[in-house]
Order: sequence, then C-alpha cells, then structure tokens
Amino acid sequence: MKKQWLFAVVIVAMIVSACQTAAPTQAPTTEPGGEVVSERCGDKSQLAKEITLYNWVEYIDPALKEQFEAECGVKVIETNYDSNETLLAQLQAGAGTYDIIVPSDYMVSIMISEGLLEPLDFNVITNIKNIGAFHVNQPFDPEQKYTVPYFWGASGLAVDTNVIASPEESWKIVFEPSPEVCGKISMLDDARETVGAALMYLGYSINDTDPAHLEEAKALLIKQAECVKAYDSQTNDDLIITGETAIGHLWTGDWTLASNPDTGGREGIAYVIPKEGCTIFQDNMAVPVSAPNKYTAMVFINYLADPEIAAQNAEFVGYPSPNAAAREFIDPEILANESIYPPDDVMQRLQFIEDVGDALELYDRIWTEFKAAIGG
Amino acid sequence: MAPITTRIAEGFRRSRNARLFGLLSPGAFWLLVFFTVPLLFMLLISFVEKGRAGGVKVPLQVTAESYLQFFNACSSEFSGPDCNPLLYINIFANSARIALIVTALCLALGYPLAYFISRQSVRSRNILLLLVMIPFWTNFLVRTYALKQVLAESGLFNTFLLDLRLVNQPLELLFNETGVLLGLVYGYLPFAVLPLYASIEKFDFSLMEAAADLGANNRRAFWRIMLPMTLPGVVAALVLVFVPVVGAFVTPDIMSGGKVEMIGTLIARQFGSSRNWPFGSAMSFIMMLLVLVGVVYYLRSGSKEERAL
Amino acid sequence: MSAEATVSTGVRVRTQRRPVIRIGSLALSLNAIVIFGFLYLPILILILFSFNNTRSVAQFTGFSTEWYTKLFSNEELQAAAGNSLVIALVSTIVSTVIGTMTALALDRFRFRLSGFLEANLYLPIVIPEIVMGIALLLFFNQALFPILESVIGARPTQGVPTVAIAHIAFNIPFVYVIVRARLADFDHRLEEAAQDLGADEWTTFKRVTLPLLMPGILGGGLMAFTLSLDDYLITAFTRGNINTMPTYIYSLVRKGVTPEINALSTVLLGLSMGLVLLSLAAQRKR
Repeated sequence: MKKQWLFAVVIVAMIVSACQTAAPTQAPTTEPGGEVVSERCGDKSQLAKEITLYNWVEYIDPALKEQFEAECGVKVIETNYDSNETLLAQLQAGAGTYDIIVPSDYMVSIMISEGLLEPLDFNVITNIKNIGAFHVNQPFDPEQKYTVPYFWGASGLAVDTNVIASPEESWKIVFEPSPEVCGKISMLDDARETVGAALMYLGYSINDTDPAHLEEAKALLIKQAECVKAYDSQTNDDLIITGETAIGHLWTGDWTLASNPDTGGREGIAYVIPKEGCTIFQDNMAVPVSAPNKYTAMVFINYLADPEIAAQNAEFVGYPSPNAAAREFIDPEILANESIYPPDDVMQRLQFIEDVGDALELYDRIWTEFKAAIGG
Repeated sequence: MAPITTRIAEGFRRSRNARLFGLLSPGAFWLLVFFTVPLLFMLLISFVEKGRAGGVKVPLQVTAESYLQFFNACSSEFSGPDCNPLLYINIFANSARIALIVTALCLALGYPLAYFISRQSVRSRNILLLLVMIPFWTNFLVRTYALKQVLAESGLFNTFLLDLRLVNQPLELLFNETGVLLGLVYGYLPFAVLPLYASIEKFDFSLMEAAADLGANNRRAFWRIMLPMTLPGVVAALVLVFVPVVGAFVTPDIMSGGKVEMIGTLIARQFGSSRNWPFGSAMSFIMMLLVLVGVVYYLRSGSKEERAL
Repeated sequence: MSAEATVSTGVRVRTQRRPVIRIGSLALSLNAIVIFGFLYLPILILILFSFNNTRSVAQFTGFSTEWYTKLFSNEELQAAAGNSLVIALVSTIVSTVIGTMTALALDRFRFRLSGFLEANLYLPIVIPEIVMGIALLLFFNQALFPILESVIGARPTQGVPTVAIAHIAFNIPFVYVIVRARLADFDHRLEEAAQDLGADEWTTFKRVTLPLLMPGILGGGLMAFTLSLDDYLITAFTRGNINTMPTYIYSLVRKGVTPEINALSTVLLGLSMGLVLLSLAAQRKR
C-alpha cells in the first residue's frame, strides 16, 4: 500500500513539473500570459478531463498514455477486448462509453454500414497526412472518412531455420510438408485465415464465396490435418519457440517477439510471406457515435499519429506502422527487416479479409465440417 | 430485538405459506429477474433472422431456420452435395460422450478421495477440503496452461516417465481427445469432491460394521449399503460435473489445440467470428433442454430408488 | 464438524466411527496422494516459472524476482485482483444464504410448482456461460438500465455491481444442489425430538438443523467463492470498463502469459495457504 502512495506522489510531482517545463521533444509556444501550450493538444479549452480507450491488449505504449496526460492534462483510461466481435457486441448493446475504439479492417466496413462510427474531423486530425498511401482509402473505408490507420500486419509463416534452412516462400511448405516438418505445423484457429490460406494456395481469392472452391479448400485442409499439431492463435508463438512446431502460421507482431531473445523468443526463426498470397490486416482508430468526448478523442488520435509518437509506439507494440512520416524515427534495423516492412512487390501479394455478408454462414459450415472430420 | 423476531417467528409458524414464501422469494426473485428474463431475450433471438453485423436483423423477422439448421445441417442454402445432415447432432453426441467419460472419471477418483477425507480427524478434514479447492483459486486459464506444460512432450511428466524407462517415447497427451479429458477432469474434479464429501461425511459407518457382522464382504457392503445411502451426493456430483462439461469450450480448445470440436466451441463461435447469434441461441436452448430433461429424469428415478430404501 | 451433534437433552448421536473394514486403506491413501499430486504439480510449475528470469513461461532459464517487483507496481492488475475479491465475497455470501433458503424451502414443502421450480434452478448450471453472458449484457443495457434511468434520472453503467449480480445468479443453483444433497437424508426426527422437548422453530433451526447442515453450506459457499473468482465469460460481458483477474489475464493471453501472472497466482496461493493455517490455529483454540 505504501508503495502505491509513493508512486502516486511521484506521478503528481511529475505532472506538476511537466506543466512548468517544456515538453521534451517539442518546443512549446508561450502565450502572452506565460502559459505553456503544446501544439499537439489542440484547443485545450475544449478538452475533456479523461477519455476511454477500448483497445486490443498491449497495443499501446503505456508511457504514451502518461505522456499525453502530462502534456495535455487528459487522463486516458484503457480497457481491453480480445476480438472484433466482442467490440461489436458491446457497441451494439449500447454498453460502455468508449471514446476511441480500434477495429480491424472488415469490422470497420461493418460498423460503417451499421452507422456506428462518427465521421472524423480532419481539421483536428491533421496528422492523417503522415499515413502512407498504401494504407488509406482501402475498400473498407474508401473515402477515409471514419478511421485513421493504427497498425497493420500480415499472417505469414514463421519458420524454424534450424529445421528448414531456406524455406520456400510458398504455402507449399505447410500444405505439402516434408517428412521432418509433418506433425510440427501450427495453423491459426480462425476460419477466414486458415480456409483463406488454403484458398490462396489453390489460386483463389481469400474472399471467395464459391461453394465448390470452398469444398476444395476444405478437402485440402482435411488432408493437411494429420501433419498439423495444433490450430492455435494464442500460444502458437510459444510452440515454435520451444521447438514443438517447426512452422507456425503467425501474425507479424507475434513473430517479432518470438524471434527476439530479449522478449522471450529465440534466434533462428524466419518469417515468410507466401507468394500465392497472404492476409494483411489493418487496425484503425475510430470514434463511435456514442462517444461522450469526441473532440478530445480526435485530439488523442492526432497525437498518436505524430511521427515521433507513432515511432515510439511501434517500438513497443512490435507491429509495422502505417505512418510513413514515422519512419524517420524508427530504428533503421527494424525498417530494413523485410519480414516487418516488406518491399513493395511483396506488399502486392497481401490481401485484406473482407466481409462476405451472408456467405459467412458458408465459411462457418465448412470450418465446422472440417473440425468435425479431423477430431472427435 | 428478541421480541420482534419472536413475533415474526410466531407469524411464520402460523402461516405455512408465509414461511414458504419467505424462504423462496429471494431465490425465486433473483433468478427470475436476472436469469429467466435475460434467457427469454435469448429465446426471442433464436427465433429471428440474424443481422449482417451480428445481432439480429431489424426489423425483427421471425423464423425457425436456426432450429431447422441444427437438426438438418443441409437445410441451409449453402450446403454442398455431400453434406451430412447430422453434422451438428454428431458434434453434440460427441460432446455428451466426452462429458460422460469425464463425469465417470471424476466420480471414480472423487468418491475414494471424499471417503478418505471423511475418515480423517475433524481438523484434517477441513484442511484437506481446502487443499482440494485452493488450486482453483489461482486463475483457471493459468492453471490449464500450467497443466499443458506438464503434459507436453518435453514436459515434466513425459521426462519423468522416460527417465524411469517406463515408456520409450513421449506419450501424446495433448492436441487430442486425451488432452481434453485430462484437462476437463483437472478442471472439474472439485465439483465432484465437494458434494460427494457432503454426503459421505454423514454416512454412519457402523452400518458397514453391521453388514460385516452379518457376513457381507467388502464389495457387497459397499454396493448395497454405502453407495445407496450416499446416492444424493453422487447424483449431485454427477449433475455438477456433467452439465458444465457438455458446454465447455475453453479447456477443450486449449488442450486439444483446436482439434476436438465440442458443442461449446461451436456455440461460442456463433457469437464470435461467425456472427450468427440466432443459431448460437437455438443450439444453446436445444442443448439446455436435452440436458435438463436428462438430468431431471435421472434425478426423479434416483430419488424414487432412494425412497424405496 | 458434525462428528457429534448434540441435541439439547444430551443424547449423543454418533455419526462417525472408524470402519473396521480395510477397503484397501493403502489404496485409498495412494489414490489421495496421486490426486493431490495431479492437482498440485501444475501449481508447482506455476510457482517455479514465477521466478523465471525471462518472459517465457515455457523455458526456465534462471532465477529472478523481477516479476514480483513488476507485480507490485502493476496497478491495473492489482485493481483487477481487488475487484475479483470484492465480487467473490459479496456473491458468495448472498448466494449461499439464498441458496440455502431455497434448498430448505424445496426440501420441506411440496407444492404444485415445486417440480417446475426445481428444474428452473438447474438452468443456470446447464446453460452455456456465453449465452448467459450475452443475455445479461442485452438485459442490462436494453431493459434494466433504461428502466432505472427513467426512475432515478441517471443511466447506470456496467461495472462491479452488475458482475456481482450475475455471479449471484449463477452461484445460487450450485449452493442449492450441494445443500439439497445434504438435506436429502436429513433425519427429521432430530428436529421433532427437539420440538417435543419444548424448543420453538427458530431455536430448533439454530441449534439442530443449521449445525447439521453446516458442511453442506460451507461446501456450497466454498464452491460459490471459487466459481466467482474464476469466472471469465459471464464477467467479460457484464463488466463494462472494469477488470477482474480472469478478464485481465485472459486478455493478456493474446500477447502471451508472462511470469507476472504466475507471480500473482503464487501470491494468491500463499494467501490461501495462510488462510488455511489461520483456520487451523483458530480451531486449536476451540
């Protein structure tokens, strides 16, 4: 208990001193009255005391929340969800009062069509100009009216180079696995991702709704199943770190951590983006129509899109940043890593998962039939 | 204070109905408001069309297609040519089978343990009971992951077996049905031990002695005397284990590596990435009804036997 | 605890005696040891990895107490743990009282709807948690809160109270089942004897019924406490912005379970063990 009091006192002292000194990375402008105004805080008179950020877990550098509070006097309360659908359910039920949410691509298009998102004021979010061209005006928010890209990533293959020294950049290594790899593969436990992988390997689009194509994909997955150790989206990084799997279907950020000994991973795990195609996902900041503090929310979004802030955030989160201006401040070694920031020709192979409407039922049935066929 | 309570007690004694009402009303009220009503919401949802974005289509469109889909998986417009109409029913049957095995294991392990505990001194008994429950005050998820580590190929258990030359190769205890069984027994054993203990503890062991005196051997005495008299505990344990296990999905998911599909996984997915709440609700109600009917039937027949004693 | 139930006339009713039959008492002890081993081995691993010097919970590389220091400065986790405890205590007490009352009522009185009510009581055990969670989410936000808003003027939000309400709702049946099992062959003659000797209803209840029921009630309470502490799904949908331990931990799994969680679990274990020792000491005083 005492430690908490001490901590609180220290924080208060920090805030007090921050109000009296310049913000570390930006020269403040001094008003005639001697007050310090940070340009990154927008119009301070309109700011609320606190905002609620509803976010994925460990998807923002905690230091940034404190920095924002120190610079602009707004407390950021964060609460977490574990899936887009939970986020949607909470919003639809009218529960919670969230100011900022971070939906993924396909969920953005759904939310827009349901009228759940507030159009953003880009006079406030001027930093939208920092976002790279690839990441804006995507099909899920074609006029870039409702969202600001936050982080993105791919669902590629993490490969243990101790088992396969130079893996082929293709889904073949998991769908026609060599004997030493059979039984040591993990795929994502998600219908769209894994059925999508099969579809792409067969030459179809990841958003294909032709039942015949999906049956083909299902047959391929059933055949592959005897060589797959697990369908896992949560501990797939642990599996490859301990060597229980040699190839893992992993998201970029998970691979970043798994291949770095400093974060509990180990050396020798490469990341492959298959040439037949690979999922790209993009998480975006948005403001729900039911948000109580819309202006402050947009100020915070703008704050996070500031180049230095975005770079600092990227370093913590481990996923590639869509913020082109932030590249100046990102560690060049990370930028040069083609597994995190792939070159343009690889970027062309990436496909967004799009909402398939009613055909989602088809995907669920295929996935259920597949699971029932391999288990039990 | 005494006079008031005596007066209330008097009032209660006179009116049987008042007493009954007083005892029942908090429970009935709570469950009615915070359980039955929400359930009715869900029942409504199971009879309407799903919305594109999860939830339901507004304005509400009544349909029984979710229920139809469960009983005939090929009734949807998206069925393939070699579709198996019993797809969902099979998954349910499989879950019931797994749940039965888990229940049997929990009873087989829990009964001797409860018996053992009830034989100890008064002080030891309470401590042992607490010791059974304490692991379950750590977080369930963390515990299951810890179990997973113990059972892994390179985990403690296999290393132990290999070192003692009891096996030649590591046992495959994970990513299959065995893993699911182990994980579920691990998770639900105390649910069996507690009610079993509550019943066994009041069993009059002198009856066993009497049976021995009359010439019965151990086994006979157990089956004809002890078991029937502790039946309420057994039945309670059975209900408390079987029912939640049928609908379990977190444990099977973790322990099987997504390879064993149970009805719980299927239902959860409808409220998640498959965004088909009506179907999820329909399956839940069907599952609830089937299990409920089975359990009540079993309970009734159990208590009939009991009264005959 | 119920080894001797003493009715006021002083007649000792024996309910416990060491059986003469050796139903392989060695086998019994062995069974107990194996089960406790099975239960506690993963716990020991848990404790071990809380001292790991890297982030991994899969490979132990060296000793360090950094996770404990991290734990004590992790306010979010502490807040979550605090919420969990409060909710567990409240829901245990309330559901145990209500569950016991309901068990007594249904055991003693036969009325027309009793069968139906009983079936209704089993529902929360049967229903998949996710269904109950979503049903409650909808109920609170679409029905209850608007009603309350029109009554008191301010719209309530989800938080600790809604979670506690939900936990009480699913705990009541568990307590009921356990107490009911205990009541099933309860010897009513004891109560009759007490009343014949002049005790009124309330005294009979207090001095005869309740002590005999205690193991069942305590068992039910223990179950309720455990269920509440460990619940994830129902809590996830009824919690609004607050966290309980399971929801906090579950959300971390996405990024990987860190030894910080192990440290917290070890601390909780230590506290529980401490409770056990305390109750041991308290019993010795009696």
